[in-house]
Amino acid sequence: MADAFPQALAGPSSKERKYDRQLRLWAASGQQSLEESRVLLVNSDGPWGNQSSGVTGVVGVETLKNLVLPGVGGFTIVDPAVVTEPDLGLNFFLEENCLGKSRAGETCRLLRELNPDVEGSSHAKPIAEIVKEDPDFISRHQLVLISGPIQRSSLDMLCTAAKDNGIPVLYTRSVGFTSTFSLQLPDVFPIVETHPDPETTQDLRLLNPWMELDMAGARVTNLESLDDHEHGHVPYILLLLHYLHKWKQSHNGAVPSNYKEKTEFREMVRSGARTNTPEGGEENFDEAVAAVMKSLNPFSLRSSLREIFEMDECKNLRQDSAEFWIIAAAIHEFYKKDNLLPLPGSLPDMKAQSADYIALQNIYKAKARKDIEEVVGLVRSIEARLARPVKVSEKDVEIFCKNASHVKVIHGRNIPRLDGDARTTKIIKNNLTNSDSIISLFLAFQILDDIVTDIQQGNAPDESLDNDAVWNTHIDRAIGVITSDNPADIDEEARERIVQATQELRRTEGGELHNTSALTGGLVAQEALKVITRQYVPLDNTCIFDGVRSRSEMFKL
Amino acid sequence: MASADSATRWKYLYKALSKPGPFSDEDWVPGSETISALESSKVLVIGAGGLGCDILKNLALSGFKDIHVIDMDTIDISNLNRQFLFRQADIGKPKAEVAAAFVEKRVKGVKITPYVGKIQDKDEDYYMQFKLVVCGLDSIEARRWINSTLISMVDFDNPESLKPLIDGGTEGFKGQARVILPTLSSCIECQLDMHAPRPAVPLCTIATIPRQPQHCIEWAHQIAWQEQRKDEPFDSDDMEHIGWVYQTALERAKQFNISGITFQMAQGVVKNIIPAIASTNAVIAAATTSEALKIATSCNPYLENYMMYAGEDGVYTYTFEAEKKADCPVCGNLARKMTVDPDMTLEVFIETLGERPEAQLKKPSMRTEEKTLYQRFPPQLEEQTRSNLKRKLRELVQDGQEIAVSDPAYVIDFRYRLIFS
Repeated sequence: MADAFPQALAGPSSKERKYDRQLRLWAASGQQSLEESRVLLVNSDGPWGNQSSGVTGVVGVETLKNLVLPGVGGFTIVDPAVVTEPDLGLNFFLEENCLGKSRAGETCRLLRELNPDVEGSSHAKPIAEIVKEDPDFISRHQLVLISGPIQRSSLDMLCTAAKDNGIPVLYTRSVGFTSTFSLQLPDVFPIVETHPDPETTQDLRLLNPWMELDMAGARVTNLESLDDHEHGHVPYILLLLHYLHKWKQSHNGAVPSNYKEKTEFREMVRSGARTNTPEGGEENFDEAVAAVMKSLNPFSLRSSLREIFEMDECKNLRQDSAEFWIIAAAIHEFYKKDNLLPLPGSLPDMKAQSADYIALQNIYKAKARKDIEEVVGLVRSIEARLARPVKVSEKDVEIFCKNASHVKVIHGRNIPRLDGDARTTKIIKNNLTNSDSIISLFLAFQILDDIVTDIQQGNAPDESLDNDAVWNTHIDRAIGVITSDNPADIDEEARERIVQATQELRRTEGGELHNTSALTGGLVAQEALKVITRQYVPLDNTCIFDGVRSRSEMFKL
Repeated sequence: MASADSATRWKYLYKALSKPGPFSDEDWVPGSETISALESSKVLVIGAGGLGCDILKNLALSGFKDIHVIDMDTIDISNLNRQFLFRQADIGKPKAEVAAAFVEKRVKGVKITPYVGKIQDKDEDYYMQFKLVVCGLDSIEARRWINSTLISMVDFDNPESLKPLIDGGTEGFKGQARVILPTLSSCIECQLDMHAPRPAVPLCTIATIPRQPQHCIEWAHQIAWQEQRKDEPFDSDDMEHIGWVYQTALERAKQFNISGITFQMAQGVVKNIIPAIASTNAVIAAATTSEALKIATSCNPYLENYMMYAGEDGVYTYTFEAEKKADCPVCGNLARKMTVDPDMTLEVFIETLGERPEAQLKKPSMRTEEKTLYQRFPPQLEEQTRSNLKRKLRELVQDGQEIAVSDPAYVIDFRYRLIFS
């Protein structure tokens, strides 16, 4: 560990000081991933007919703002639009003298002012043209952001190219008071550092202590002989081990296993506390009593991890398997040995003398270290078997071991659409029958996108956007798609919810409001950060925000 | 209002304000009247930091023309990862002034009036001029102060005296936005126990049996500094001071074989740093300003009354109506029940008030209807009541008796009914 002393006198670097508040969330490793990433924003795809200059793209620019500030490596803005008056009433990263200039260029310039560490470039052409001239354009980015609607053909091209290159896509729509966005991840997207609540990762092994811990517990023999001070400072872990030992003696070697037995056991612990103290009790015994119900549970593998062990990628390793799978397979082997994961090794704080606590902590740390070494050994033999040229770093094995119980794999799905796969349609239909759900907004956005595509492709006049008959036809068509098997599935109330959702979108004729786009830009940037740093758990896969009722809902579409 | 020019510029906003939606109130009158009401609304923003920068931008781009902003802080390098109105060259300047000037320059036609100072500097007449107040603060104490001030301003004969308070707060990937209609809906004080402070480490642990790196840092900060540098006031922004605490904590940790202290951690513990990122601030700030727009124009129903957001695992929000409490010490008319051990001394009771989630009062003075139990100021009264500190509660009050507690941080008295356990 080189970080402690040399740096101590100088204090943190100016970069560490600038990013201090975020480094506390994703650490230097997350920051590095962020700085190595370049994000592509496709912010519009040309005008909607003659009357509207098209998507104002505020939500895209607001998303970038929240990525430029924490120091993303770079960004590229693709936007063929020129800056018009309505842009100035909506977009903070445009000013008076931008009128008539390229919106891509101007937003890029003003976004770059936010952070001199970030590189930015812009293209004032439609994405389809750019890709035609430069087929590798998309693959030079690590994330694609799209503010829709864009032409169906452009969206398909972007999503396919991104998928082929393993690049995640965030597709966002923001209109009036409402918005929706979806995340398309690669087919298999593993996350090691999911940052679960520390309470849920605690693994104390009290029911099945390893030898050193068992011995530490056995050294607590004659509690009665201790003076009050000593008695009140025996770490609660050792108290529990001690009383478990006593319990086993009177229960044929069995540990308390059901609620009734645990309640009895808890009373046994409680009765050991001295009450003739000035405080009327002992804190360490209080801690022990409080821990009985949550800490005396046999280990069970979480279903998400069981699933990972059963995945083809884990069972059939190849020479070029991702490192994640090499470590996962090694941990699976470790698990098969005695149905336990590597010990995370952390110990909660508890009432204890300093030296006693540190000694106990060292027992946990040593065991964790030993487990890591064992997993490293398993990794090395897998590597040898597969003749892999590059070794997985021990640091990565260690991080995996510490997070093993909550490691997660997301199975990426495509950007959803109404006429997409049957599963998506079914989920939409099921939610439509729930009067509390805001899924109707998703349909409203799909309908708006269809109308805009018709205008953009010259199949409908500009006025369609404000034509009741056109909207009604599209609503009927959408309901038809969802209910192809049984029209009776959608009742009048559900239809009314869809109509209301479209009415709210039609209030601004498809235009954005700054607040909604700012809020959505925050949400989308949050997901982008999780995807880029591979920390925390990203959306799977669609979120709808309803600013009328100030609420949101997630769907797996 | 609306020149042809501004009608083009504010096209989409004006559309939203000129057409009823499926959820807008039946009696709402869309159009120019609503637009004028918005543009003539004077609003106050408290805080020009992480949330404040976004709030100012959002209000300016929501059509508000007359915005005031209060903040006492100056710009620090650690603000630059999210407070996007500030640049490297602004470090050391007052946040309120730099933020106001930036937004005024960027958004044509908006007037932003900064005040560099404390909210407590201003009186009721000042707060009375605003249509509504939007708060982006990191201090519970300041929130409680503005909450109680706005509640005490309500005059039931004058509807204009009721100033909606829209409050935002963030921590890491989490945050919340809430709307408070003073005296009519659940207030900051009603919800106080939802935002309990982290329990403090007992002093005896810090002084004699440290086990965690944090305990060693607290020792260096609270005890060693007093012993070795007591003539210098500790300044958590002074890198030399933090460096000293770090080094001193390291030595103590070494003595107890405790590992894991870093400079960053020392700074975090001493300054009680809360992680903060641009994206969470963007979400919460826009949630508050969206409510401000809805309240100022009635174009859609406003939040009743609390939305929480958590972004660690997907996108999770929960919107609910927090309860208005009849025994809220600020907006209720009943004293709040507080269970106490009657054998506790008054001194210990006073100490616990700092940490009890429903009180969180650091420097309380208190009295019953008949007598003063303890009074910090003036000194003569303190001396007269000091002897009560060592007496047990049962000697001073009866089971179920009401006490009034005052604290220099707040304008009002808090009423509690003490129930003996």
